[in-house]
Amino acid sequence: MSDLYQSDLLRLAASADGAGRLEPPRASVTLDNPLCGDRVTMDVRLEGGRITALAHETKACVVCQAAAAVIGRHAEGLDKDGLAAARAAAEAVLKGGEPPAGAWAELALFKPVAKVKSRHACLRLPFRSLEAALAADQG
Amino acid sequence: MMARGFDHALIRAQFPILEPGVHGRHLHYLDNGATAQMPKAVLDAIVRHETRHRANVKRSVHFLAEAATEAYDDARESMKAYVNAASEEEIVFTSGCTGAINLVAYSFGSLLEAGDEVVISALEHHSNIVPWHMLAKRAGVVVKAIPVTPEGRLDLDALPKVIGPRCRLVAVTHVSNVTGAETDVAAIVAAAKAVGARVLLDGAQRAPHGPIDVKALGVDFYAFSSHKMFGPNGVGVLWGKSELLARMPPFLGGGEMIARVTLEETTFAEPPRRFEAGTPPIAQAVGMAAAARWISGIDQEAAHAHLQSLTGRMLEGLEGMGGGRVRVVGPLGLQNRYPVVSFIVEGGHPHDICQLLDEEGVALRGGHHCAQPLMNAFGVTGTTRASLALYNDADDVDALITGLGRALKKLHL
Repeated sequence: MSDLYQSDLLRLAASADGAGRLEPPRASVTLDNPLCGDRVTMDVRLEGGRITALAHETKACVVCQAAAAVIGRHAEGLDKDGLAAARAAAEAVLKGGEPPAGAWAELALFKPVAKVKSRHACLRLPFRSLEAALAADQG
Repeated sequence: MMARGFDHALIRAQFPILEPGVHGRHLHYLDNGATAQMPKAVLDAIVRHETRHRANVKRSVHFLAEAATEAYDDARESMKAYVNAASEEEIVFTSGCTGAINLVAYSFGSLLEAGDEVVISALEHHSNIVPWHMLAKRAGVVVKAIPVTPEGRLDLDALPKVIGPRCRLVAVTHVSNVTGAETDVAAIVAAAKAVGARVLLDGAQRAPHGPIDVKALGVDFYAFSSHKMFGPNGVGVLWGKSELLARMPPFLGGGEMIARVTLEETTFAEPPRRFEAGTPPIAQAVGMAAAARWISGIDQEAAHAHLQSLTGRMLEGLEGMGGGRVRVVGPLGLQNRYPVVSFIVEGGHPHDICQLLDEEGVALRGGHHCAQPLMNAFGVTGTTRASLALYNDADDVDALITGLGRALKKLHL
């Protein structure tokens, strides 16, 4: 069956890293994927524009859950520019490229998603939610 | 002439798209609730029109324009027969079912006053929700909703509470695009007529399953699209009672929907032209009419029995799969239901199920099916849906069940 559903991606999704809620968050945003009903709520706390804590509640497919888990693992400490770089790495993977070495190298697990356009939004949703949470905090 | 009996192989052979398969496998197309495939009779009708009769309608007098006009008028005649309308003037070609409902929401809606009520239901496709919300915002009309039962049917016990004296229109689905449940139209019509309200049926999921009798249904508007009933995209029909259409102002302006235009004002044509602004979808209407004739030529009783048998096989196969993880959303019986079956997999997402089944050649739909209020009522974000058409057989159903079993294993469910 599909290389999309490789064991490593399934394990990443099942890890649910970062799953939960922050009480109280500094900012919280819920975004939907209108195509399939995926829903991600992203809570963040920030100091000086940097993420000091985050938690996500992800009701979604394996791709979206795995993307949320990657963010849960690696997004702490990022500022707006760092998040933009992470998003750019994800976009590069969706175009069939390689992610940069380092924290976001794990995005390579999503390479099979590049061929399935209808699933791109699933990978993007947690990134979009986190971007929106940062933007919400900055007013 | 209607053929007696039902030869599935003969039906399937009429659908060229099913022949080559996908991913090197036989194609098990179970996404007919979204779009059904076109038989050769429909494809040929479209090609014949576009290669022999293509021109604009109701405008020029040359040979091709006359032929195109005749083809378009014939298409209207075929659709009149398909729904048993009183006259061709009651058949409005639209861009689809959504276009038809929007036409009513705008045009019939403009006859309503602030505080008047439109009743929809929690079972509706967004196309029969959003236009009414837009009307509510525009005109102060109040939108109320009939709730659903746990089985995914309209809760008829709630009708007296929801349909009150200010109700002017009840707009509900004829067959649910999620649960396959058939609406008890007689109960809806009785409740609506008791308060003097009109009834609109969204027939998108019913129209593929044989001719409709709008007179027997006792409704006032009936909307449906071509592409779900083996016809082309981009066209649908609004049937409306002539006395109602005559009272309704136009929806869109321009083209042949006018009686006279001066720089100061416009007067409008009689229905149905009043509602067909611009160049209509001519070849699409020809194709839709060919689809209606193709469906009408099939032994309806035998076709119904074939699909009921497959639906039963699917329900039996799905319910309780995966150690009880798989649960059908909607009626479990075959009474008053059509071959649309939705299910959820505990711990599994519809998109993942659909993606894995696609690789087995099984085409399904996953998500909220443009019915988010219904998903909310069921407490889920989406379902996986298998919807059957005449060309499906037991092999298609078995491929779904077997493939789903493999998908559950792959997802460790």
